[in-house]
Amino acid sequence: MTAGEKKEYWRWQENCWIDESKNWRDAKIITAGIDVGSVSSQAVICVDGELYGFNSMRTGNNSPDSATNAINGVLEKSGMKLEDVTYVIGTGYGRVNVPFAHKAITEIACHARGANYMGGNTIRTILDMGGQDCKAIHCDEKGKVTNFLMNDKCAAGTGRGMEVIADLMQIPIAELGPRSFEVDEEPEAVSSTCVVFAKSEALGLLKAGYSKNKVIAAYCQAMAERVVSLIERIGVENDFFITGGIAKNPGVVKRIEKLLGTKAAETKYDSQIAGALGAALFGYTLMQKQGASAKAA
Amino acid sequence: MIANYGYKDGSGEYYISIDTDKCTSCTAGRACLTGCPKGMFEIITDDYDDEVAAVKQSFRRTLAFDCTGCKPAGGYTSLPCSTACTPGAIKHSW
Repeated sequence: MTAGEKKEYWRWQENCWIDESKNWRDAKIITAGIDVGSVSSQAVICVDGELYGFNSMRTGNNSPDSATNAINGVLEKSGMKLEDVTYVIGTGYGRVNVPFAHKAITEIACHARGANYMGGNTIRTILDMGGQDCKAIHCDEKGKVTNFLMNDKCAAGTGRGMEVIADLMQIPIAELGPRSFEVDEEPEAVSSTCVVFAKSEALGLLKAGYSKNKVIAAYCQAMAERVVSLIERIGVENDFFITGGIAKNPGVVKRIEKLLGTKAAETKYDSQIAGALGAALFGYTLMQKQGASAKAA
Repeated sequence: MIANYGYKDGSGEYYISIDTDKCTSCTAGRACLTGCPKGMFEIITDDYDDEVAAVKQSFRRTLAFDCTGCKPAGGYTSLPCSTACTPGAIKHSW
């Protein structure tokens, strides 16, 4: 970093991965899910209903370009072409702006389906902590939504809120969670109704002599309290699963678990791909129903 | 499926819940469409290809204000939307 260059503390790590043990050329049905969110975009490719690869990156200022960049990343890594993909489903905030998608499905249904794959068919309650909204979802053993609720009116309790705090504290976003535990005692939560108020309050606490870690702990607690009040409206039934970028922040996850009195199910997959994965799985089911005859089209 | 449309903000929780399982075999002739004085409801095809009622996107963040006229202070003793929906699919959280 050169002098005068601003460090982007909020920038989370983009990720592209493919399963080297699978050969997509052997697959009968290849489907893709594109989740264009307000903060991040993911492309997931499934071969015969199994996760093959994904790309997770920041959403730009243009949804079609974000969708194209996301899918190109995973296509290039796998040596696949877009024409090799049988069916594409768009989801997320920019789902209707995915130029190569055959169909759009809401992120609520896709997250439930993705969580069902990632956490198993015992998952009943899902908390999706997205970039600029938060969703509480109930689903059945097949990952079909039975109850949902979302809050997208403000950024409090969302990934964007955490990015704001990372920038304010000048601490890389991935370190916020672990550092929130490095406090002598758990502080009171800051304002949880508005990110702007929370930021003002955090500044006030710093001036009052709070350590950065203590302010981060107060913010993590506020975020946990906010989403717990949301999820309690629909009720928590085990197993419980968290999707979205905030699932990677132990400072928030552990506090949510403490407030709910239940532990979130763990997964070996990247929690941010749940929506795109669900979309790809919807595509697979659809293709199975149609006998995969749409490949030529 | 119970679909909750609305939000929570500093002033409270404002959600309209729709039990969409009751919409698929609606016996009220889609009365929600005309029952709401503001025309806040629409019929959509959901992700599972069922035709169900939903709150229009443009109203989902302003329910506290949009529904005020239909609350007791507005002279109503029961909500027009809930009354029109005889299968009982529509409920307000506040």
